[in-house]
Amino acid sequence: MSRSNSAVLSNPLFREPTLMGGVTHEIEFRDAVRDAMSEEMRRDKRVFLLGEEVAQYDGAYKVSKGMLAEFGERRIIDTPISESGFAGMAIGAAAMGLRPIVEFMSWSFSLVAADPILNNAPKMLYMSGGQLGCPIVFRGNDGAGGQLGSTHSWAVEGLFSNVPGVKIVIPSCAADAKGLLKTAIRDDDPVFFMESERLLSIKGHVPEGEYLIPFGHALVRRVGTQCTLCSWGRPVNFCLEAAEILAKEGIDCEVIDLRTIRPLDLPTVVASVRKTSCAVVVDQSWSFASPGAELASQIHRHCFDDLDNFVHRVHSDDVPTPYSSKLEQEYLPNVRKICEAVRSATYRA
Amino acid sequence: MMATTTPSGSGANSTHGAARKLPALPSTTLTKWLREMHLIREFEVRCMQSYQEKKIGGFCHVYIGQEAVAVGCTAAVNLEDPIITAYRDHGHALARGMSSRACMAEMYGKVGGCAKGKGGSMHMFDRPHNLYGGHGIVGAQTPLGAGIAFATKYEDEVMNAGRNRRVTLCFLGDGAVNQGSVYEAMNLAGLFDIPVIFIVENNGYSMGTEISRGTTMSHELTIKGRAHGLKEATIDGMDVLAVYHDMHELANWCRENSRPAFVDMKCYRYKGHSMSDPRKYRTREEEERHELNDAIGKFERTLLDHAVVTDASIKEIMNSTREEVRDALKFSNESPEPDMSELYTDVFVEPWGRFTGSSLPEFMGGAANACRFHATNGKEGLV
Repeated sequence: MSRSNSAVLSNPLFREPTLMGGVTHEIEFRDAVRDAMSEEMRRDKRVFLLGEEVAQYDGAYKVSKGMLAEFGERRIIDTPISESGFAGMAIGAAAMGLRPIVEFMSWSFSLVAADPILNNAPKMLYMSGGQLGCPIVFRGNDGAGGQLGSTHSWAVEGLFSNVPGVKIVIPSCAADAKGLLKTAIRDDDPVFFMESERLLSIKGHVPEGEYLIPFGHALVRRVGTQCTLCSWGRPVNFCLEAAEILAKEGIDCEVIDLRTIRPLDLPTVVASVRKTSCAVVVDQSWSFASPGAELASQIHRHCFDDLDNFVHRVHSDDVPTPYSSKLEQEYLPNVRKICEAVRSATYRA
Repeated sequence: MMATTTPSGSGANSTHGAARKLPALPSTTLTKWLREMHLIREFEVRCMQSYQEKKIGGFCHVYIGQEAVAVGCTAAVNLEDPIITAYRDHGHALARGMSSRACMAEMYGKVGGCAKGKGGSMHMFDRPHNLYGGHGIVGAQTPLGAGIAFATKYEDEVMNAGRNRRVTLCFLGDGAVNQGSVYEAMNLAGLFDIPVIFIVENNGYSMGTEISRGTTMSHELTIKGRAHGLKEATIDGMDVLAVYHDMHELANWCRENSRPAFVDMKCYRYKGHSMSDPRKYRTREEEERHELNDAIGKFERTLLDHAVVTDASIKEIMNSTREEVRDALKFSNESPEPDMSELYTDVFVEPWGRFTGSSLPEFMGGAANACRFHATNGKEGLV
């Protein structure tokens, strides 16, 4: 249970954006991602960005807008549509000590690069007996919600969190996206950084000045006493919305934003559940063998005597993602489903 | 070292017979190559025995027959030029300079192995000798090879504002030629002017499938490289002098021009694909025909003709390689099993939870020396 990250946390750059005070700027999620990349590229020449349409086109979702002009074509690199090739190429470069940022236009497209990102990146250090690592960041859009149809709507954390050797980061807001991505770029291990296409245009307050957010450090976004809602990425926002509705019904929820699912900040979750005696896990991946299932299992293991009910779980429905907006909204782990799960878990259903 | 020769590596240029003029090289260099080829063969023969004795587990692919390729290619480049290969990798490791002890002990799964017994036969890594694996999925090492070459070029040109000065050798088998990732890697290398040479060790078989049964245009394999704008060469991989000569020229061209190349390296593996292969897909007559063209025997005859070696000195070489491999076996037998704590090291560079950071293999300074992976060969890339 104990985390040996005290050395990491003693780094003065690791700061909680919501506690920094001072001036903040309201910027879009995509701007926060870009600022993180640009700041790190100014700091470290080993860092470069590659992916489809990241340079001349300014990024398929305009995340890398203006970066070509600042850093030039040697460091902002347009690749052909060739995920297996450029992901593998970037891994080779990382083994040599460069620090590539690979943009997948969508994490759904990473599936054609499954061999390099799952077989090479996370195993390089182990198989070489510590001789070669892989300091690389893969990032891009993840999750459903934009009526993109089934093949473009993957929440790949359901697949990839099973693999040892990767760190998986799923921010829920602009300030976290910036601080977590800066940490990811400086990390010596492979990091899968998952953005939501639905969040890119959402504005948030981002503090002025440099800050990094450590991995494995969850944030309690709403303090409550009766039920702990655990989530990461876009569904954290659904949880906060649900908590407001439930508050009016007299159910006081605590909302924990895990931020990273590998490493997973269990101590924060366990402390909360021991207080509320009730837990609901909200995860945008499919339920079977998912990160949500893992977290629920861990809560049962560590809070067995504290729980008043079994851990309830809210996921995307166990079907391929539908196109129809009505069906897709129902498919997602939405506010209604979260409210129903909390009512059931707290015996108010 | 930077020759300014124009390449002659284009097309089917290498039809050298056995009796070649010796290059203007010191006889110690030529003798060294002969020793390396003998070492690899002796090592692999013992490897097969150890496998049958169940001292080596898992999959094991021996290099017997192809020794001239690894030895000639490695001799044709500098130590700072990276090498990456597939799973038939013991020969490349030894030719690159990994000790027989570290190589054999790795297969024994012992702590004295190059990866402390965590990689195995298919995953030989040797950072001090710039050997970047040992990769098990067919073709998977080709995008990595392109990336390694991308990194050396980036370091030379972008970070240090100089000229490209390295070339990467990326070995693959003829079976890998049908993997999509290989085409993606060649396209990227052609597109980004990456100084990497894709060397297809064309031994005629992908496992049990004869090349023409699985590969279109197998009579003219270089067309696959030409399609991506790569410089091409066909080289007789059963002739170490041809391999050295043609690869040296080609490597220098790639370095100078910062461009990729594709080599159809024609060779033959005498043994099966792996230890469990009874070779029912080819005749004994075919094998014997190739064994008559044996690269070691041929090279020995050339060196004898030119009085570089004598029968006695060859015997001495064979004795010394036998002794070296015997020592490697003894070392591997005696090297301890990895400590159980090694199960949890090298998962992450940054220690987290139960994971206990990283330690380096003995041959790099001892597993006891707790150490962290540092990027860019210790250089800080910070602006």
